[in-house]
Amino acid sequence: MSRTFVGMPDFPTAAAGATHDPQLRHNLREATHTIRDKRDSAVGELDDWAQLRAAGKAIKDRTLRHLDGYLEQLESAVTAAGGTVHWAADAEEANAIVTRLVRDTGEREVVKVKSMATQEIELNNALDQAGITAYETDLAELIVQLGDDLPSHILVPAIHRNRAEIREIFLRTMADWGVPAPENLSDQPAALAEAARVHLRRRFLDTKVAISGANFAVADTGTLVVLESEGNGRMCLTLPETLISVVGIEKIVPSWSDLEVFLQLLPRSSTGERMNPYTSTWTGPTDGDGPRNFHLVLLDNGRTNALADEVGRQALRCIRCSACLNICPVYERTGGHAYGSVYPGPIGAILNPQLHGTSDPVDASLPYASSLCGACYEVCPVAIDIPEVLVHLRERVVSEPGHAAEKATMGAAGWVLNDGRRLGLAQRAIGAARSMVPRHIPGPPSAWTDTRDLPDIPEKSFRQWWRKREKAQEDETTGARQPREDGAEGRQRSDRRGGERS
Amino acid sequence: MRIALFVTCVNDTLFPDTGRAVVRLLERLGHEVVFPEAQTCCGQMHYNSGYRRDAQRLAVRFVETFGDADAVLVPSGSCAAMIRDNYTRLGEAGSPLGREAGALAPRVYDLTELLVDVLGVTDVGAYFPHTVTYHPTCHGLRVLGLGERPYTLLRAVRGLELRDLGGAAECCGFGGTFAMKNAEVSSAMGWDKARNVAGSGAEVLCAADNSCLMHIGGVLNRQRSGVRVMHLAEILASTEEEPAHT
Ligand code: SF4
Repeated sequence: MSRTFVGMPDFPTAAAGATHDPQLRHNLREATHTIRDKRDSAVGELDDWAQLRAAGKAIKDRTLRHLDGYLEQLESAVTAAGGTVHWAADAEEANAIVTRLVRDTGEREVVKVKSMATQEIELNNALDQAGITAYETDLAELIVQLGDDLPSHILVPAIHRNRAEIREIFLRTMADWGVPAPENLSDQPAALAEAARVHLRRRFLDTKVAISGANFAVADTGTLVVLESEGNGRMCLTLPETLISVVGIEKIVPSWSDLEVFLQLLPRSSTGERMNPYTSTWTGPTDGDGPRNFHLVLLDNGRTNALADEVGRQALRCIRCSACLNICPVYERTGGHAYGSVYPGPIGAILNPQLHGTSDPVDASLPYASSLCGACYEVCPVAIDIPEVLVHLRERVVSEPGHAAEKATMGAAGWVLNDGRRLGLAQRAIGAARSMVPRHIPGPPSAWTDTRDLPDIPEKSFRQWWRKREKAQEDETTGARQPREDGAEGRQRSDRRGGERS
Repeated sequence: MRIALFVTCVNDTLFPDTGRAVVRLLERLGHEVVFPEAQTCCGQMHYNSGYRRDAQRLAVRFVETFGDADAVLVPSGSCAAMIRDNYTRLGEAGSPLGREAGALAPRVYDLTELLVDVLGVTDVGAYFPHTVTYHPTCHGLRVLGLGERPYTLLRAVRGLELRDLGGAAECCGFGGTFAMKNAEVSSAMGWDKARNVAGSGAEVLCAADNSCLMHIGGVLNRQRSGVRVMHLAEILASTEEEPAHT
């Protein structure tokens, strides 16, 4: 049985640990910067990127608006092509369906194509409890599985590991799972890939059941589509006798012509490639070619909750490219585990609280796991306004009981700020107390002063200065003799100079 | 031109020099500045923290205070973005707030937009004999799309040597309450930004948003780096006769 995210601490706690791990910080920085630069140039090559992005957004929005109709269309098309469609309301139901389907084949082993949906429902654990072993075949998933680890990225689940760590994992655990790693294994990428290839080859040839997800499901023909880089997925999709695909209900596109848009958006956004190396499509079983039995499990698991929220719904446009993770300055410093879910990064921060609700402390902390810098929105190929949804979800979090101290502070601030006179009085009070503010403040503000200095508080606010100036000008015109004052005054400039305070 | 100054609550309380510099600069360029004293805060902190009702009240107050202005100058990128982009979202569909905020939005400007687009000046006659690097700030960069404007203005300052800032487009990690709620991540981002600032070799870090500068400046101070932080307005207001205090 593999590890799960259950029982993880909330985001600030988990993130704090990660920021103090120099090896993790280094691995993440290297990986995210490499891939974001690649994406940048791949996207920059297309002068119609903005239009493609708008088209992707529009297609997904229309599909989501009429999702019920498209789902029915997909079901009939898959059935007509000889497949069987199953509906799963939640993870438990989906796991039960898949377990039963595998049991019906009499097999005890399955190979898996990398799939977020099956990770989301923790299918491997459910199968394990039923005495069925699931073998991950995607290289990064394999590293996570062999290392008894948790995924930390949508596209590269082992992004937090470097080559030396991967070599160590292969040498230590591969033998327990099948073909062992060669004893003289080096940490060169080609050697590591070769070890994985040899390890997996047996598995592909022997296993009779495969489990996949899908990047897209085409409603009018009942076709499923998987994009991948390694070809391992295609092995699973073609060699076994039975194929079970677990697919979120939001993965639908109406027709093949819509795919054209996404087959450009996805690879450029995710791996920075013009086209992904392997695109596999399958429409039910075909005699003498590929699996003989095909099952499609359509997964809700909170998606209709998200769909019901007009602002939050846009998260369902996500095509899991992971561009938002790679650009996110928060993700870059915390890694994926801090998000307590298989969906990390900016998309995880808006998707998880919608799929699960915000009653769990981890989910409630996720809408705050962002500085709202907007980089994620800028790169998202389907223009999900992640900052907008984050703020919307914060509203939901604070509308629930709790957060008494923050609500009181915000309420007090709101009261002061609702009146220019009250603000002026507050500023006078702050100005009068300026000399009493210590460098390091205990209690909650220590979160600031632990690593940063506070600015010095000026003696006079702008509005005090302005009023004095106005008065001086008035007196001048009425003949009273008062010097006009408009230069800098009252505040010592050294306060914002580094190195001069102690 | 008659320009209404929305100085922002943070500038008003903590960074009055910025407002003074704006007044000095605009008057030097021959414009009239008014400061409606009923103004308080744009509501950004409340909005970003999920306190929509409070933010709505502050938005209504802002629109009432500035509704008639020909041009509203906001010397803070994130507040300008809040007013221009979020006020219409704050008003329910068809509400007076939505309508009035929508009508006011095109007259709300960041300092660089006001200077370059509205007043048509890129050389404001400033003198500032120092090396400077510019942090574009997230809202200035992505929401307002200020682009080249700040750099054009800085390049025209006599005596000023502009230095490149590595990782300029990356967030400094302030993010309002983010700096408190996720202090460790915020600091990690701030320290990386400070490293890039130091790498630029500049004496002064400049931006058009004091909140970001307060955060980065707080780190630079803690590091005793010797680099000062200054709002763009203060550099542009600086002249040979009346140099900015550095
Ligand atoms: S939210 Fe957008 S950028 Fe992030 S993974 Fe989904 S599609 Fe990609």
